[in-house]
Amino acid sequence: MADELRLPIAADVDVVQARQQGREVAANAGFTSGDQTVIAAAISEIARNILMYAKRGEIVLSVVANGDRQGVVVIARDQGPGIRDIARALQDGYSTSGGLGLGLPGAKRLMDEFELTSAVGQGTTVTMKKWRRLG
Amino acid sequence: MEVPILKQGHYLIASIQSALTDADLSQLREALIERVGRFRARGVIVDVTALDVMDSFAVRTLRDIAHMARLRGADTVIVGIQPEVAFAMVQLGLTLKGVATALDLEEGLAFLNQQGEGRLEDRRPPGGRIDRG
Ligand SMILES: Nc1ncnc2c1ncn2[C@@H]1O[C@H](COP(=O)(O)OP(=O)(O)OP(=O)(O)O)[C@@H](O)[C@H]1O
Ligand SMILES: [Mg+2]
Repeated sequence: MADELRLPIAADVDVVQARQQGREVAANAGFTSGDQTVIAAAISEIARNILMYAKRGEIVLSVVANGDRQGVVVIARDQGPGIRDIARALQDGYSTSGGLGLGLPGAKRLMDEFELTSAVGQGTTVTMKKWRRLG
Repeated sequence: MEVPILKQGHYLIASIQSALTDADLSQLREALIERVGRFRARGVIVDVTALDVMDSFAVRTLRDIAHMARLRGADTVIVGIQPEVAFAMVQLGLTLKGVATALDLEEGLAFLNQQGEGRLEDRRPPGGRIDRG
């Protein structure tokens, strides 16, 4: 796809960069500033997880159309340690790093669609989407 | 991007000017705690009006600032959380439990002044009154 934005995540400035790009992509796609903030917050959580648990990875941003809806798609990929217990990782308050354990479940609440795939020793991919009605 | 910290009387005011990295936030925490001691500050205001998002790390750092300042004898108030930022925080499940917040700088200052008065009240003798005249 031509209008796909690939953002490497390898330092904390990349997390800020990714959420700001996410906000911009959402703005260009006509999302309200409230939704832009929601998308930026979700990206911030997921990008920080890449940095914290996998050290490096990437965020890919794109815009898709589906009938009378338009969506921002955020894909976060890394080849880090993976997540052993995905169900637990998605529970509020579960953290292996002394964090609040709200990043994954919170991002899931913020977005309309959220999918997490992970294999131990291979890496983690989070795909999340936010939709808006056209017209 | 370093956050400027202003000293105003017994208060320290940190005005965040732009989006902050995690390292910037940690640095703000260290700088504030150090200055609370150096200036014997009674109150800390963190103005987050310009913050683009409040995510789990930002909230954790602000909570740490408030708790650490408290242990050093200063009250903290967070001001300027924008409505959209507040909405996203609620969805994320983030709370600033135990941390004072106010709408803006003015309200924040009013809050700290009130806390200061409360402290004076605490020191009054039983049944006594503080003569402010
Ligand atoms: N990309 C990843 N690779 C490996 N493990 C991950 C990844 N993302 C999340 N995890 C695991 O899932 C757990 C939950 O993640 P979540 O983001 O919800 O909370 P947290 O990062 O621990 O705390 P915070 O509230 O600060 O985000 C993490 O503690 C970690 O064990
Ligand atoms: Mg996290």
